[in-house]
Amino acid sequence: MYPRKFDYTAPRTIADAVAALAGDEGAKVMAGGMSLLPLMKMRLLSPATIVDIGRIDGLDRIEDRGDHIAVGALVRHAETAASDLVQTHAPALARAASLTGDVQVRNKGTTCGSLAHADIAADQTAAVIALGATMVATGPGGTREIAAADFFVDTLTSALAPDEILTEVRIPKGGSGSAYDKLGRRGGRSDYAVAGAAAWVDKTNGSITAARVAVTGVGTKPMLVEAVGAALVGTDGSPEAIAAAAEHATEGVTLLEDLYGSEEYKAHLAKVYAARALTEALGG
Amino acid sequence: MTVNGTRYDRDVEPRTLLVHFLREELGLTGTHVGCDTSYCGACTVIVDGRSVKSCTYLAVAADGADVRTVEGVAVDGTLHPVQEGFWERHGLQCGFCTPGMIMSSVALLEQNPAPGEGEIRHAIEGNLCRCTGYHNIVRAVEYAAAKMRGEEPPAPDWEVPS
Repeated sequence: MYPRKFDYTAPRTIADAVAALAGDEGAKVMAGGMSLLPLMKMRLLSPATIVDIGRIDGLDRIEDRGDHIAVGALVRHAETAASDLVQTHAPALARAASLTGDVQVRNKGTTCGSLAHADIAADQTAAVIALGATMVATGPGGTREIAAADFFVDTLTSALAPDEILTEVRIPKGGSGSAYDKLGRRGGRSDYAVAGAAAWVDKTNGSITAARVAVTGVGTKPMLVEAVGAALVGTDGSPEAIAAAAEHATEGVTLLEDLYGSEEYKAHLAKVYAARALTEALGG
Repeated sequence: MTVNGTRYDRDVEPRTLLVHFLREELGLTGTHVGCDTSYCGACTVIVDGRSVKSCTYLAVAADGADVRTVEGVAVDGTLHPVQEGFWERHGLQCGFCTPGMIMSSVALLEQNPAPGEGEIRHAIEGNLCRCTGYHNIVRAVEYAAAKMRGEEPPAPDWEVPS
């Protein structure tokens, strides 16, 4: 299957890439292409121009910035998963990256590309929300920061403008733990999430002082479920407290039935995986 | 780009996929098109040391890259240990998925010379075999891993009727 014809440009700087996008309404950004090219081959999407950012220097790094780590636009899933920095400060993201696609997909697809694509059943979306990450968008007017919880607007729709590029995601350090777990469409943890949840917790002197849980796969977009964190704060994080908090896992979520499960089944899974992610984040 | 050690300079249409460039432009038809939707892995090749799906890779994005295909793994007519393993442990039936399986296995063993069975199964997660031959494929990779470490491969796990 060939995509429809398109023009191709591979700028060497972010500024040139943004200029190429700003001057062409039919242009789309490509990093690894693992989300974009299948859509183009099935002709669900036919951009007039591909702006390939793969040859821009400096975007392929994971950096320690003191109070946060930064994952650049060209960091591949496999690199995110294997990074000591990510494993140390954002285990939920490392785990989600390790469960994205398969080996070949992880070797080419990028963390930021998956986030910008905003698939409802992607893995790393939930992780960055739970981790309280900040998305950095670069456009003609410079950069702006978007909270991860506000970044996923709707199905396949992010808060990025057509002429903006997600140039990096920043994950704050801190907290006592984070985790991600899912049920995959091919059973076990393979393939997109039928349902998945990411959790981040901070526990001080035996008491939960802050907690965030995000779910993916179950609704019209990956999202923060504030009620779970709110129910857990002030408790001791015991299995009973986790189970009670996880009961809130679909509050505010617009559940979506699909080939892989009914709304009722997905609601059940959301609670199960919220509890599992919280348990693992708390070291259980 | 360089393919199996030979440099090729070609002008391509932007929409040319790497798998079509290899098969139709260079005549390297060992790399197969299976599902064409980046699921099955029959099109797996190694680009700059990493296994990728060449059906979901623009040829132009591989400009300047070092590409290895199944045609490049045997040296001077001697099978690569992974190919030998597929032969010795019956790692194929129809053979359609085999080029991709071999390239994924070669990439795995270059990164991890002593993978456990679970690691092998995880490494070929992106390669589908519809003859249900995974069991012997895992044995084939174990055979190759042992050979590449200079060890005696494990005995076949079938019994020959006496």
